[in-house]
Amino acid sequence: MTTQVQIADVVPSYPSPLKEFWQSFSHNKGAVVALFIFLSVIFCGVFAGWIAPHDPVEQYRDHMLTPPSWAGGGMSTYLLGTDELGRDILSRLIHGARISLFIAFMSVLMSLIPGMVLGLLAAFFPKGAGTVIMRVMDVMLALPGILLAICIITILGPGLINTMIAIAIGTLPSYTRLTRAAAMAEINKEYVTASRVAGAGALRLMFLTVLPNCMAPIIVNATLGFSSAILETAALGFLGLGVQPPTPEWGTMLSAARDYIERAPWVVTMPGVTILVTVLSINLMGDGLRDALDPKLKRAA
Amino acid sequence: MFSFILRKLATVIPTFIGITLVAFALIRMIPGDPIEVMVGERKLDPVMHAAAMQRLGLDQPLHIQYFRYVKDLAQGDLGISLVTREPVTKEFLTLFPATVELAICALLFAVLVGLPAGMIAGLKRGSVFDHGVMGVSMTGFSMPIFWWGLILIMYFSVTLGWTPVSGRIDIEFDIAQRTGFLLIDSWLSGEEGAFKSAAMHLILPTIVLGTIPLAVIARMTRSSMLEVLREDYIRTARAKGLAPTRVVVVHALRNALIPVITVIGLQVGSLLGGAVLTETIYSWPGIGKWLVDSISRRDYPVVQAGILVSATIFIVVNLFVDILYGVVNPRIRSAK
Repeated sequence: MTTQVQIADVVPSYPSPLKEFWQSFSHNKGAVVALFIFLSVIFCGVFAGWIAPHDPVEQYRDHMLTPPSWAGGGMSTYLLGTDELGRDILSRLIHGARISLFIAFMSVLMSLIPGMVLGLLAAFFPKGAGTVIMRVMDVMLALPGILLAICIITILGPGLINTMIAIAIGTLPSYTRLTRAAAMAEINKEYVTASRVAGAGALRLMFLTVLPNCMAPIIVNATLGFSSAILETAALGFLGLGVQPPTPEWGTMLSAARDYIERAPWVVTMPGVTILVTVLSINLMGDGLRDALDPKLKRAA
Repeated sequence: MFSFILRKLATVIPTFIGITLVAFALIRMIPGDPIEVMVGERKLDPVMHAAAMQRLGLDQPLHIQYFRYVKDLAQGDLGISLVTREPVTKEFLTLFPATVELAICALLFAVLVGLPAGMIAGLKRGSVFDHGVMGVSMTGFSMPIFWWGLILIMYFSVTLGWTPVSGRIDIEFDIAQRTGFLLIDSWLSGEEGAFKSAAMHLILPTIVLGTIPLAVIARMTRSSMLEVLREDYIRTARAKGLAPTRVVVVHALRNALIPVITVIGLQVGSLLGGAVLTETIYSWPGIGKWLVDSISRRDYPVVQAGILVSATIFIVVNLFVDILYGVVNPRIRSAK
C-alpha cells in the first residue's frame, strides 16, 4: 500500500491520481492477485510472532523430519512438517518472510537513495562529477550482481547487515543510470528552464523540480529490484555467505536441506515454493505498476 | 567500421583499469594482511612476518605494488593459491573449459527454445500459446535457480533415476584432456558410453543455468516482435503482396533480433553469476564452484583472480556484442 501513497504524492497533476492509478492497475487481473499475495506475505512478516504456531528456532527433538500434515505420518501441529533438527517449517517460513522482506526493503532503500542522488549529480554536472560517477558505475556493472555481492561479503564477512550492504552496492549502478537518463531527458524542458530563470538553486532544481518527474521508471525498477534482492539474499544464504543459521532465512534453510533430498523432500520444496511465489507476485505486480505508471506503454497496449 | 571498433575499445579501457584496481584492492581490504591469512591461526614471529612481507613485496608503497600486480597480470601471472600452492593461472585453465562448456550449452538451450517461443507468442498475440509462454517465462524469471536445480535432481535423478546427480562424467571413464570440453573429448576418445555419460551429466545443469536467460530472451523477442510488426515497412511489405512467411522471416525477424542480441550479450553476465550457483549444486568442477570454495577456504588470490577473470569475460563479451550491434545496424556505427 505504501507505494500507492507515494505515487499519489509524486504525480499530483491528475484530477484524482490514486483513482486513475488503481483503474489502470486493476485492469491487469494478474497484478491484483499478485498484490494480495504480496500483502499477505508482508502481513506474515510483520506479525510473524503472533501468526507462527511455534518458535522458529525451537528444536522438537522427538519429531525430527516429520512430514507435512497431509502426508502419511504427518502431524497437524506441524502443518508443513519439521526439518532435520525438528524445527517447525511453517513457523520458520513465516519468520523468514520478515527477514527476507526486511533485507530486500533495506537494500532497495540503501541503493535507491544514493543511486538517485548520484544519478542527479551525474545529469546536472555531466563534465566533472558525471564522468567520474559513470565510470565508477561502469566498473561496478562489469561484475555480475551475485559476484559483486560475493566480493563484498569476502571483505565484510557474512551476516544480515553485510548481506544488505552487498546487495545494495550491487544494484546501485542501475538506479544511478536510470535516474541520470530520466533526468537528462527532463533537464532541457521548459519548466526546468523556467524554474532556473526564476532563481531556483541547483538543489531545488534537482530534488523538487526534476526528480518528481523521473519517478515512474525508478519506482518500477525499485519493485523489480525488491524481487531480485529477495532472490539474491536467498542465493547468498544458500551458498552459506548470507544470513547465518539458525536465523530462519529462506535460502539458508535450503542450503541445509540439500542432504535430505531423498528422505525428506518437503524440507527442500517448502522454502523454494515460498521464494518463488513471493518473487513471482512482486514481478507480476511490477508489470502492473509499469502499465499503470508508464502512459506510453499504456497507449501501445 | 574500423574506427567504430577502435572507439568501442577505447571506452572499455578505463573500465578494465577500474577492475584491476578493484581486484588489487580486494586482497588488501580483507581483515589482516595476506601473510596472517597464509599462516592462519598460528602465532607468527614479527621478524619472520617482516621478512615474508619483504619477500612478497608487500612492504613497498601501494602504487608500486599495484604496478607490479599489473605487470604480472600482463604476463598471465595471477599469483599463487594459498591452499594448493599452485599458480592460479594453471588451476584456472583446467577449470575454465568446464564452465565455458556449461555456459555455451545453457545459452544454446535458452536461444533455441526462447527465440522461437517468443517469436510465435508475438505473432499469435493473445492466444493460449502466447499466455502460456508469458506465464512460463515470468515463472522462469522469478525462479530461485539453486532451488530449481534441487527440484530437478529430486525428480529426474532421485525419483526417476534418469540423470546423474553431480559431476561431469561417470568415474569409470578416464578421458584424456584435449580440448577441455568433455563432450568433444569423450567423443574423440571413442570409449563406449563416455559421450552419453558426459551428455547425461550436462542436461540438468544446462536447463538450470539456461532457465533465466530463456525467460528473458522469450520475453524480449516477443515484445520486440510486437513492436516491429507495427512498423510502416511491415505494412508496406504486406501491401506489396509478399507472402506472410517472407514478411515475418525476412522483414520482421531481422529487425526484431537487434535488441534481442543485446539482451543475449547481457545474459552472459547472469550466466557467470548463475554458474556460481549451478556449479555448486551439481558439483560441476568449473570456476564458479572454485570461487565459492576459495572464499570458504579464505584463498584470497583465487578469489581475486576469479573476480578479475569474470569481469574481464563480461566486458569482452559485451564489447563483442556492441561491435556486432554495429554490424547488424549501420545506423549505430555512424552515430557518435
